[in-house]
Amino acid sequence: MDFSLTAEEQAFEKELEVFFEAEMKNAPPEFAGGLEGIYANEEGNNFHKYMAKRLGEKGWIAHAWPKQYGGMEATIMEQMIFDEVRGRYGAPGIDAFGVGMFAPTLLVGATEEQKERLLPPIAKGEVFYCQGWSEPDAGSDLASVTTLAIRDGDHFIVNGQKTWTTGGHYSDHMFLLARTDSDSKRGKGLSVFNVDMSLPGIEVRPLLYMDGNHIYNEVYFKDVKLPAYDLIGEEGKGWDLTRQTMNFERSGQGAYAGMRVIVDELIGYMKNTKRGGKSLADDPINRKKIAQLIIDCEMGTTLGYKIGWYQSKNDAMNIIWSASSSKLLATELAQRLSQYATEIMGSYGQMEDDPEAPMGGHMANLYQFCKGMTIYAGTNEIQRNLIAWVGLGLPRLKFKP
Amino acid sequence: MDLDFNKEQEMLRKSVAEFLSKECPFDDVRELEDSEKGYSPALWKKMAQLGWMEACFPETYGGYGESFFDIIIIMEEIGKKAYPSPFFSTVVLCGQTILEAGSEKQKKDLLGKIAAGKLIMALAQQEVDASFEPADVSMPAELSGDQYVLNGTKMFVQDANVADKLIVAARSSEGVTLFLVDAKDPGISCRKLNTIGKDNICRVDFKDVKVSKDDLIGDDGKGVDILEKMSQRAVVAKCAEMVGGAQESLEMTVSYSKQREQYGTPIGGFQIMQHYMADMKIAYETCANYLYQVAWMVDEGKATVLATSALKAEVSRQYKFITEKGVQIHGGIGTTREFNIGLFYRRAKAFEYVLGDADYHTEKIAQAAGM
Ligand SMILES: Cc1cc2nc3c(=O)[nH]c(=O)nc-3n(C[C@H](O)[C@H](O)[C@H](O)COP(=O)(O)OP(=O)(O)OC[C@H]3O[C@@H](n4cnc5c(N)ncnc54)[C@H](O)[C@@H]3O)c2cc1C
Repeated sequence: MDFSLTAEEQAFEKELEVFFEAEMKNAPPEFAGGLEGIYANEEGNNFHKYMAKRLGEKGWIAHAWPKQYGGMEATIMEQMIFDEVRGRYGAPGIDAFGVGMFAPTLLVGATEEQKERLLPPIAKGEVFYCQGWSEPDAGSDLASVTTLAIRDGDHFIVNGQKTWTTGGHYSDHMFLLARTDSDSKRGKGLSVFNVDMSLPGIEVRPLLYMDGNHIYNEVYFKDVKLPAYDLIGEEGKGWDLTRQTMNFERSGQGAYAGMRVIVDELIGYMKNTKRGGKSLADDPINRKKIAQLIIDCEMGTTLGYKIGWYQSKNDAMNIIWSASSSKLLATELAQRLSQYATEIMGSYGQMEDDPEAPMGGHMANLYQFCKGMTIYAGTNEIQRNLIAWVGLGLPRLKFKP
Repeated sequence: MDLDFNKEQEMLRKSVAEFLSKECPFDDVRELEDSEKGYSPALWKKMAQLGWMEACFPETYGGYGESFFDIIIIMEEIGKKAYPSPFFSTVVLCGQTILEAGSEKQKKDLLGKIAAGKLIMALAQQEVDASFEPADVSMPAELSGDQYVLNGTKMFVQDANVADKLIVAARSSEGVTLFLVDAKDPGISCRKLNTIGKDNICRVDFKDVKVSKDDLIGDDGKGVDILEKMSQRAVVAKCAEMVGGAQESLEMTVSYSKQREQYGTPIGGFQIMQHYMADMKIAYETCANYLYQVAWMVDEGKATVLATSALKAEVSRQYKFITEKGVQIHGGIGTTREFNIGLFYRRAKAFEYVLGDADYHTEKIAQAAGM
């Protein structure tokens, strides 16, 4: 075994550090990072879009793509290094939906014409996507979506409602999962579309997160006319394509790196803060909490490497359960981090965005946003099911059709 | 033993519950949270008319209270409805402080007004270092002639923005002392902080605020003792609010999980959901039972630091646990501002800090156990 980086990989890491160090100076004051940082307000979203442009210029958005679509065919290791360094700087600029989910879907399932038309603007950081999967009655059970897209000559007419659409209020496009056969059930008769959000009949309504931030939306479709050339993959085969998209999740490397930086920030705060005349850093309970967070970050990072390893071997079974494990670990670590941080801060832990809040009040916000994390992208219970079924070969629950 | 509530207690509970359901549904709670005052003066008046404040004080001082359980019942119901008002600050923190240590004149005057709903008060103890320990109060109270002069900063003073009077803990030459101060004194400035509970938590700055010697609550230098005695009761009342919130969170989650279907079956049928809710039930039941026992101990004058600290430490942890799983079981809808479980999730965090968090009380238990 060898856990070291090659000379080229080390040089790449250094290059990235220099880049992000310089670019993060352009961040708006108190930039929170994460989905809240880029979708809750205009300044954050502008910075996200600016950063996407810069990353596009560098070729790092399409890093892993084939050369013919503007990519650099980066190795999994290089992608992980990129995720890790970007995570460490809490830098935005990679559209979790367009870059993280839809582009890989296009690479697998789109026509040549579609790839040539849709991939370059994503690679340049010029268009931004939202994810149109969940509906009020189709959450964990995604295959039960009811939004209809019915063919009408060279168009599809869409009617229905999506919900929890993160960043829908700042997106140019949506990748939509809808039913193209009104008589079909569950996974059959579903199709994937590239949707221009400015089409007539689409209405985006804000939903507020529990802390009052506007991050996600409801999206209503009323007789929306989609050009048939934006159907991705075969009509009625959208479920298979969507299932593959679910596996495009990365190793979570960036998340652990980002949280490790927050732990260091917390340690700095503790060393500089006294309560009842004693340094917070000297309190044995606090020390134990910090140590546990560090252990979690260390273990998570190494698990991330292992997932990358499986990915490089195309080891599908191991990718599925280990990616689920990493989603679980990272999101429950975010929960623990915000819990411990807000406990260590004592009464200051309850402060959100406020001039006197330690660490910008981000920990009280994370205490709320981490609950979204354990629910989105497949709830942590669904991930546990997958680990049991795929990772351990335990019997699957039989669902009623 | 008799582990049931009596008739009068059941009636009080019913009347508080009905009033709050009718007068302050959850949509109004959200509106109040976002408002400048953070509470409804109109409802405050009605609460007084219904005798809630009177129930908390003995007859001699304008009330009709007989047992500490009445406060517990009112706080539990307030907790269930996540109802925002200065009841805890005024009636419990300040009311109990005055009851504990005030002069006869102060009791008659201040408690009478509180009981009539005509006075709102806030307690200013914690300082910039955020210590929960009353003995760590360091803000100076300098004697000048026959007046004390207060200078400094108090933090996390709930309801200071709407209070008429403050009780301020400050350090005189004799030690920590409690001062009764007019909240509108020109030397006082108050800033509402942006907090997760959206619950009127304020920073208060004092600049040359003068207090007459008559306006001490209790003897000069006796503040720590008074605050500790008051906290013993107040912390139990806060736990009642938390236990009420925990009960509501559990109930709304169980009921949602029976209605919400995925994969053609109610999500409450999935075993992992059932196990979460079983754990939530154990957490709630153990906390509620212990709450009642400790409240009874308070009534009997038998409360111990070990018991009150064990209660606050565990209720702080379990309320967070119950609301966290509550959100998880609700799924996406549980993370919204619109849905009620989030109100309780935020409150569980906010209440953790009231009168000492779990770690603070854990240490006190160890000390009380002779370590
Ligand atoms: C912050 C946030 C952002 C989001 N962004 C997007 C987005 O951009 N686009 C999008 O399409 N969606 C988005 N979602 C939606 C998300 O994918 C769903 O919330 C999630 O899939 C869960 O669905 P649900 O909310 O309907 O909960 P439900 O499916 O109703 O689940 C409720 C509870 O039941 C449990 N449960 C359900 N089925 C099972 C089972 N088989 N076994 C055990 N337990 C089970 C769940 O784990 C959960 O605890 C977002 C959600 C959040 C919170």
